[in-house]
Amino acid sequence: MAALGLYNYWIVIFLMMAGFYVVIAQGNLVKKIVGINVLQTSVFLLYISMGKVQGGTAPIVVAGATSYSNPLPHVLILTAIVVGIATTALGLALAIRIKEAYGTVEEDEIHAQDESL
Amino acid sequence: MIAAHLPALQVVVPLLAAPICLLLGRGRWAWAFATAVSWLTLAIAVALLSQIGNGDLPGYAFGDWPAPWGIEYRVDRLSAFVLLIVSGIAAAILPYAWRSVAREIPPEQQAIFFTALLLCLAGLLGITITGDAFNLFVLLEISSLASYTLIAMGRDRRALTAAYQYLIMGTIGATFILIGVGLLYMLTGTLNMADLAIRIAPLQESRTLHTAFAFLVVGIGLKLALFPLHLWLPNAYAYAPSVVTAFLAATATKVALYALIRFLYTIFGVAFAFDAMLTHWILLPLSLAAILSASLVAIFQDDVKRMLAYSSVAQIGYMTLGLALVSVTGLTAALLHLFNHALMKGALFLALGAVAYRLGPVRLTGMAGLGRQMPWTLAAFVVGGLSLIGVPLTVGFVSKWYLILAAIEAGWWPVAALILIASLLAVLYIWRVVEVAYFRPRPAGAEAVTEVPLALLAPTWALVLANLYFGLDTRLTVGLAETAAAGLFAGVAR
Repeated sequence: MAALGLYNYWIVIFLMMAGFYVVIAQGNLVKKIVGINVLQTSVFLLYISMGKVQGGTAPIVVAGATSYSNPLPHVLILTAIVVGIATTALGLALAIRIKEAYGTVEEDEIHAQDESL
Repeated sequence: MIAAHLPALQVVVPLLAAPICLLLGRGRWAWAFATAVSWLTLAIAVALLSQIGNGDLPGYAFGDWPAPWGIEYRVDRLSAFVLLIVSGIAAAILPYAWRSVAREIPPEQQAIFFTALLLCLAGLLGITITGDAFNLFVLLEISSLASYTLIAMGRDRRALTAAYQYLIMGTIGATFILIGVGLLYMLTGTLNMADLAIRIAPLQESRTLHTAFAFLVVGIGLKLALFPLHLWLPNAYAYAPSVVTAFLAATATKVALYALIRFLYTIFGVAFAFDAMLTHWILLPLSLAAILSASLVAIFQDDVKRMLAYSSVAQIGYMTLGLALVSVTGLTAALLHLFNHALMKGALFLALGAVAYRLGPVRLTGMAGLGRQMPWTLAAFVVGGLSLIGVPLTVGFVSKWYLILAAIEAGWWPVAALILIASLLAVLYIWRVVEVAYFRPRPAGAEAVTEVPLALLAPTWALVLANLYFGLDTRLTVGLAETAAAGLFAGVAR
């Protein structure tokens, strides 16, 4: 079963769609951030999966090893994780400020307050 | 020699200056330092441009790792052109920031403000100069995170929701770009743009490549505010501090357009992007829809900043329309409008910022009778507005001329007609402001308003004069844009 052998890519696609759906469908600002996180995590898995070489070991020179996994995608995704954390922190900080200013983090209630001005 | 390190310094200088700016703390030092840094980046951009004029294409290999392995910065005419306008706008806006920020940002946040502004500048310059696809993503996120922070510093509480909305949409866009770059790496094993272009060429039928292309175009479309992905833009521009609105309107979307051009032409190539993927058949209807619908919406706005924000969405439509025409003239028009729109929107938003300096939030009704009381500011607005409409002797005329030329060259008369109709719509929304400011009396009981200080007027007029200068002397802009466009079509770096 070739399709099942690629199970990590199925997980990637599931997480990507689930995260994307949460971002779009949720009206709660904190839950939207969670959705963004799930979406980003799926991309981390995508990168990590592509670095794996069948039968390869960790990319450290040791006697007897002939095939190594590709470390570059892992390094790239470390950067992307840092970016993701920064985005999450900033998003949550904005959510706190919005809560202070509006008294709510529900999108429809915020919208209603802006409309009534 | 310092000259060999200029491509790296272009980004490293503002990037390192940002934390130093934070350490300088309160008061005027942070501003003075940021201004000096912005002038230095402009000087570097000019030096890079003159190196290109001397016939070589400056490049820089970080850590001396040769190109396909290490991260490479590469400057050709396209990137030098965008570097010039981004650093030029920063150098014009920062002197303005002194008085405007003092009025709009609380003192304890001012150092953070300038730090974020420098980070945003470093990110935007980096996107433009880098020759590495993953590096582009990282720098894009640096500039985006900084711009979310800057927008959230607006005085209105709606600035917070605008920044949040931009954060969500911008992050989705950036994640899509990350997926696209990942798929490209999966396919080719390289991240260097020039190397990618060579390795993609024989893989035109690959499904992975098609998927990567789709993710990249949609992702950059989100950052570019390509209709209908522009929903974050009007609120973000309307509620951000004046300086931030002017800076972002003049640079951020332009750099996103640069990224789109870079991916479409340099990496994927004209044959794949347009002949195989038919990108122009997506861009054309979206651009026309952006131009017409956003111009129409702009006419009915009461908040003048918001009106110009919708006008920006329409102007982005002109630029993507230039791409959709798939000709050297069309691409030249897109590049020219990229440069020229930065000048006109920069001037317009700075003029509005000067009005906001005296009046606070700029409603149309609040501007009644201002023409007599703030003659220089409103005159700057009028010249900027004429440029936006595309009146001869201004830069707006130059880019619209090339755009209509490209449409006629392609035989698309209806498109040329639509460009002219949309220009009439621009006349309508600019006229609304002119009418209120010059032909209505100041409402009885309104407090008298005086002209703003020279520190605000001088940078505004510098951009206004640039609008006129580059409208008359088009040798530099048209020359660069034409050579760059021809090079992009031929698939060679020029």
